Amino acid sequence: MIKFILGRLAYLIPTFIGITIVAFGFVRILPGDPVLLMAGERGMTPEHYQDMMQRLGFDRPIWAQYLEYLWKLLHGDFGNSIVTKQPVLSDFLALFPATLELAICAIVIAMLVGVPVGVLAALKRGSWFDQVTMTVALIGYSMPIFWWGLLLIILFSGVLGWTPVSGRISLLYYFPAPTGFMLIDSLLSGQKGAFSSAASHLVLPSIVLATIPLAVIARQTRSAMLEVLGEDYVRTARAKGLSPGRVVGVHALRNAMIPVITTIGLQVGVLMAGAILTESIFSWPGIGKWMVDSISRRDYPVVQSGLLLIAGIVMIVNLVVDLLYGLINPRIRHR
Amino acid sequence: MAVMTQAPAPGTRRQMLAEFWFYFRANRGALYGLYFFIALVLVALLAPLLAPHDPILQDRTALLTPPFWQEGGTTAYLLGTDAVGRDILSRLIFGARYSLFIGVVVVSISLIGGIVLGLVAGFFGGWIDMVIMRVMDVILAFPSLLLALVLVAVLGPGLTNAMIAIAIVSQPHFARLTRASVLGEKNREYVMAARVAGAGRMRLMFRTILPNCLAPLIVQATLSFSGAILDAAALGFLGMGAQPPTPEWGTMLAEAREFILRAWWVVTLPGLAILVTVLAINLMGDGLRDALDPKLKRS
Amino acid sequence: MKLRTALLAASAAMAMLAGGVQAKTLVYCSEGSPEGFDPAPYTAGTTFDASARTIYSRLVEFAPGSTSIQPGLADSWTISPDGLEYTFKLHPGVKFQTTDYFTPTRTMNADDVIFSFDRQGNAKNPFNQYVPGVSYEYFTSMGLDKTIKSIEKGDDRTVKFTLSAPNAPFLADLGMDFASIVSKEYADKLMADGKAADFNNQPIGTGPFTFVAYQKDAVIRYKANPDYFGAKPKIDDLVFAITTDAAVRAQKLRAGECQVMPYPAPADIESLKSDPNLTVMEQAGLNVAYLAYNTLQKPFDDVRVRKALNMAIDKKAIIDAVFQGTGVVAKNPIPPTMWSYNDAVPEDTYDPEAAKKILADAGVKDLHMKIWAMPVQRPYMPNARRTAELMQADLAKVGVTAEIVSYEWGEYLKKSTAMDRDGAVILGWTGDNGDPDNFMNVLLSCQSAGEGGSNRAHWCNKDFSDLLSKAAETSDVAERTKLYEQAQVIFHDQAPWLAIDHSTVFMPMSKKVSGYVMNPLGTHAFDKVDIAE
Repeated sequence: MIKFILGRLAYLIPTFIGITIVAFGFVRILPGDPVLLMAGERGMTPEHYQDMMQRLGFDRPIWAQYLEYLWKLLHGDFGNSIVTKQPVLSDFLALFPATLELAICAIVIAMLVGVPVGVLAALKRGSWFDQVTMTVALIGYSMPIFWWGLLLIILFSGVLGWTPVSGRISLLYYFPAPTGFMLIDSLLSGQKGAFSSAASHLVLPSIVLATIPLAVIARQTRSAMLEVLGEDYVRTARAKGLSPGRVVGVHALRNAMIPVITTIGLQVGVLMAGAILTESIFSWPGIGKWMVDSISRRDYPVVQSGLLLIAGIVMIVNLVVDLLYGLINPRIRHR
Repeated sequence: MAVMTQAPAPGTRRQMLAEFWFYFRANRGALYGLYFFIALVLVALLAPLLAPHDPILQDRTALLTPPFWQEGGTTAYLLGTDAVGRDILSRLIFGARYSLFIGVVVVSISLIGGIVLGLVAGFFGGWIDMVIMRVMDVILAFPSLLLALVLVAVLGPGLTNAMIAIAIVSQPHFARLTRASVLGEKNREYVMAARVAGAGRMRLMFRTILPNCLAPLIVQATLSFSGAILDAAALGFLGMGAQPPTPEWGTMLAEAREFILRAWWVVTLPGLAILVTVLAINLMGDGLRDALDPKLKRS
Repeated sequence: MKLRTALLAASAAMAMLAGGVQAKTLVYCSEGSPEGFDPAPYTAGTTFDASARTIYSRLVEFAPGSTSIQPGLADSWTISPDGLEYTFKLHPGVKFQTTDYFTPTRTMNADDVIFSFDRQGNAKNPFNQYVPGVSYEYFTSMGLDKTIKSIEKGDDRTVKFTLSAPNAPFLADLGMDFASIVSKEYADKLMADGKAADFNNQPIGTGPFTFVAYQKDAVIRYKANPDYFGAKPKIDDLVFAITTDAAVRAQKLRAGECQVMPYPAPADIESLKSDPNLTVMEQAGLNVAYLAYNTLQKPFDDVRVRKALNMAIDKKAIIDAVFQGTGVVAKNPIPPTMWSYNDAVPEDTYDPEAAKKILADAGVKDLHMKIWAMPVQRPYMPNARRTAELMQADLAKVGVTAEIVSYEWGEYLKKSTAMDRDGAVILGWTGDNGDPDNFMNVLLSCQSAGEGGSNRAHWCNKDFSDLLSKAAETSDVAERTKLYEQAQVIFHDQAPWLAIDHSTVFMPMSKKVSGYVMNPLGTHAFDKVDIAE
């Protein structure tokens, strides 16, 4: 097992170096110039411009900048934003809980709905339930979520007035945020109504973000279940007269969950991409929106370190899923 | 099915196609998807004939006209007009061209690139394989839309660059699939036989092995086709894809966003067009997978 | 609806319990996140609204709703007859804000004033680089690094600025956001604690509101400063709800989630005006959008050609199509609300026939030119591309073929300053301090012509520039007005630009809000605002 883990980790190192090159390289060939953007219409004298480039370290050869960047990374320094002058890491940590809260809610919704629907659809294969849910799942899978989000806003915020338009909680509430998760913080605050306010702000964005993972999980669960139900040991168990509930619950479901867990792990990247759109639509103060804004402001340090941090998270989650998979399914380890 | 297990003799091709069509037809959804897709291709091809108006012509006397069945609507603009008085129906019709074009270009680039890289990696193995697959890992480590956004920022906003960016981020899936199939096929008897018979490397890779890896690639290609349309629309929505006044659906949505509560049709219709198109292609993809995947057929 | 009503009821009940009296809270849907809370390193209005206008105050202030100067932290000042020495007498007993992160031990004095400027202009000041890479763009671009020769302390309440040359706009510069007075005591303490960077996150000032908390990209909270030396704010709490999308801002305003919003989308203005719960204030913006010819390039070096092109473009059509009619056609480089605006200057009438004739007389045939259209929205120009398309169509009518080009915004700003730039460039300006010098000198003088300069026409007219220099050295406003009026006549005769428009600024707000005054400089301040329950 340890050998397996070490092997996986060894793979990560070249990948991670590749990620730093991509993050650093792409960002540096971005056309445009953050220094000029700062000056705007008023412009800058050439001497002052040179001085600024030097202060920000942009005047040195690119490989030297890259090596310095790596060196600083090894010391936990992700650089400072050109715009806010704040360390990128602290900005990231300030915004990440918002994205994480959204993503966790989305994946929980996706699993709580997707898995049972998939199981039921497989058990009642060919029934109207199967057909309807699988059609809906395919529609969900085909959904342009930025449009879906706009539709939900029109319906629930515009026409019905049930949910707030944007933000994380009503501004009337103010309390310390020790965890950064609004749902938990609002409970801790003890303020009446704070939790329901936070929840009502979270509902639409999480539904939007959950849409595609939900569809994928439902479809995947169904086909995994179908496959397992066709296996010999399930048939045997059935033949032995075990109750259908036991067969499904104990034998089939557990084995069907193996590929489903992988699928859920793979949804992390999808969630991050979805977060970019969802956060833009709902003005959700998370890292997706932060990245989009930073790209248009040419805030190099934020874009490169942001890319790095996000890719790092995706990689680690995938590794964990990989290891879990190896743990559940020993055959993999010796491949 | 024959395709997966052994090199087919030319005479059986027709039979295979017939078998494929038999299974594909059995899936009603896939059939509807196919019909819709064919209709869409026709609409795109005949856009100048079908569209009642020029898609970028502005009628300053008819701004934000609702669709004809609503009060204030007119049959001159069946689905209404947008903020600067352009006919929505005509824009949607011309938009079909862009979406299909995006799908075709992205899939072609990423399919060809992915196949070549995957074949090379799988066939040669060793450090070449190592390097190629690590590069693919790097690309896959980034959320695709985020990487595409950065790429478009590098290349400059626009439809062409958006397509290139999406092709680059979707290409590793093809490379991985191809490599996996090649590894599976490489040591089979028919390949050995061809090798012994003195077939060159190129011939081995492209003529002998590749045709037998096609099934999963075709399924992946349909998935990428719909994915490309969605991603291009998302980039357009974020202002990094096709630029106004191009009637690309995502860009139309982005322009319409400020009217979200005033004029439902400028927001709803382009999104619906995207959804239905992507849905049709995904239905086809499901049908293809069922028809090409022998394992599912058995059960 | 039910859910929201319940929420409101719950929160109202909570507020009653907490305070006994209902606290007055004003929520402002701001258009973006502040870059930081120290105004000096930044240039964006969004940042200043959240820092300089709430937390800080300055030696002198712009009177509400105007560009004239009134006392701020300085009660009075004297200017020496040669215009080189400005001596300020500070208001006594002004307290810096007390927060949970800082408690001041002394009142504001001359040391704070000197520190506020020295840290920006003096690279040796230990606080100059309190965050790595920080720079003071506004201080430098207003030329204060060269203008200010020295700053001396008379006594605790007296500060003397000595200038290197007489400079009439200097007083107005001191009312600008970057000139906010910060606490030296606080800076020294942070420095000693090794937490200098907090100066930008946990601000301390003397302004009407005290900083409470900032949740990045979401909310900024302030409370009224009980120690404020001016008239106490009428609201107890001020909240900035950061909402970048204009349509969402409008929706939140309608839903009552905020009470004031800036920068509505032109498309929303009509419906906001018709909402019975809202009022929409409007004011001519202190800005100008222009098309600058490259006067070094043939045939645009010929004044007749420039004049002819100016006559060929229908500015009214641009106002209608791009601004939905909400703007003013420009004829001078400064907006009509600014003092010294010369209304006697005749307008270039739209006359394609005459333009065609002048072009023929000048020997120009089959002219091909480029029009640069910027890729971003600015307050003075919501859609440059559409403007360029309209110009293109107008020019075609007089036989001029125009090609529209655009670049990424940073590139655009840089490339447009090149001496050999091909074509005319659309750009604009928003006033910093309400002084005509801040438009004409920055945008049209010989001094700012050339590579990297902000005179995009590369137009250097000796007479024009001399008038400006003379006006800058004179402190008598009547005298200056005359000089600027003459300068505008030269501008009209020489036509280095097509002056396109001055846009109108809109401020939609709830009818419950009273006392809001629109500021011509485009800043948003809430110290005089009240809100009805």
